[in-house]
Amino acid sequence: MVSAEQVWEALAEIPDPEIPVVSLVDLGVVRDVRISDGTVRVEFTPTFLGCPALEVMRDRMAQRIEELGAEPVIEVVRDDSWSTDRITPAGREKLRAAGFAPPAPREAGEPTLLQLQRGSFRCPYCGSTDTGLENLFGPTPCRSIRYCRSCRQPFEQFKTI
Amino acid sequence: MNLASDQLLEIADDELILGWRDSEWTGIAPFLEEDVAFSSIAQNEIGHARALYEIAAQRLETDADALAFDRSPEEYRSSQLVELRFVPDWARTIARRILYEAADAVRLQWLEGCGDGEVEGLAAKIELEERYHRMHAEMWAERLAEAPEYREALAELWPHALGVLPAELRPGLAERFPELPSSEPVDRGEHADEWPALWEEMTMVRRVAPGATW
Repeated sequence: MVSAEQVWEALAEIPDPEIPVVSLVDLGVVRDVRISDGTVRVEFTPTFLGCPALEVMRDRMAQRIEELGAEPVIEVVRDDSWSTDRITPAGREKLRAAGFAPPAPREAGEPTLLQLQRGSFRCPYCGSTDTGLENLFGPTPCRSIRYCRSCRQPFEQFKTI
Repeated sequence: MNLASDQLLEIADDELILGWRDSEWTGIAPFLEEDVAFSSIAQNEIGHARALYEIAAQRLETDADALAFDRSPEEYRSSQLVELRFVPDWARTIARRILYEAADAVRLQWLEGCGDGEVEGLAAKIELEERYHRMHAEMWAERLAEAPEYREALAELWPHALGVLPAELRPGLAERFPELPSSEPVDRGEHADEWPALWEEMTMVRRVAPGATW
């Protein structure tokens, strides 16, 4: 019989479909793993609701659990329990190393446009905080576009939610 | 207690149809950043619609795609604000975004305390994403504040915006736009003239190939 630990290890090997340098466990989208009578129940907390990668993540988790010889049940948790603060420190470092600025920590209250325009966001390439907001939206729902005035490089900044 | 399915469908239909309308700017927005922004916003709205349809579908014992695409045009419960077609009119498009996001914020706040646990949880999740839509809308509101086309568009669409909300929530929206006069809301029920054409386009694949999977 498969153990919860084995399931966590297996899920930690599944890359994010869009940014394969991080795993689903790095992203913090696996909230819980429970095992009973050969069934593995995974609580999956989606990142952004419109993200097309969600179905791929769900299917790959199910497939991986089947490979371990268990019956998967992936429960999609549709509430606000996932936030970008759930991305693990290791996950944040992998994002940064791949050229994506990890999300700023969540603050009390709503983020404001002014904070995003004037706040200090670090360039993942040169480390400068002399960066400006180019576009609130980017190639996927989870990212914004910023520009580093120091190394003159645009970069993708994860939104904080 | 569960929220009435009709209320869930109203919100889901609004989000789905606005997602379609916003996506009409993909590739032809005034500049590249807005191409990206409108596409991303549209994608989010359709994601919200899907999550809302999934809850409704579970309760009505059907599936989300059937609710989204298999109803007749008259059965949709969308508000006229989201049905109107504005391409290539940027002032009206932005006025709609601002008015809709404000109405949606009032509605989400209400949903987060509606007493239906599943819907409350989803509303809290949707709210986290909508904040970015509001920031985008506010940025444009500031930029266009003095433009006559934009001010006219706001006044023109105001009755439609009031019609997005049930009567008891309208004062909450009116508070956010003190400069706009009180007016007779365009209620749900009647559809906009542009709606049948959008329905044709939106449901075409589903009708041509029923049950197709991807």
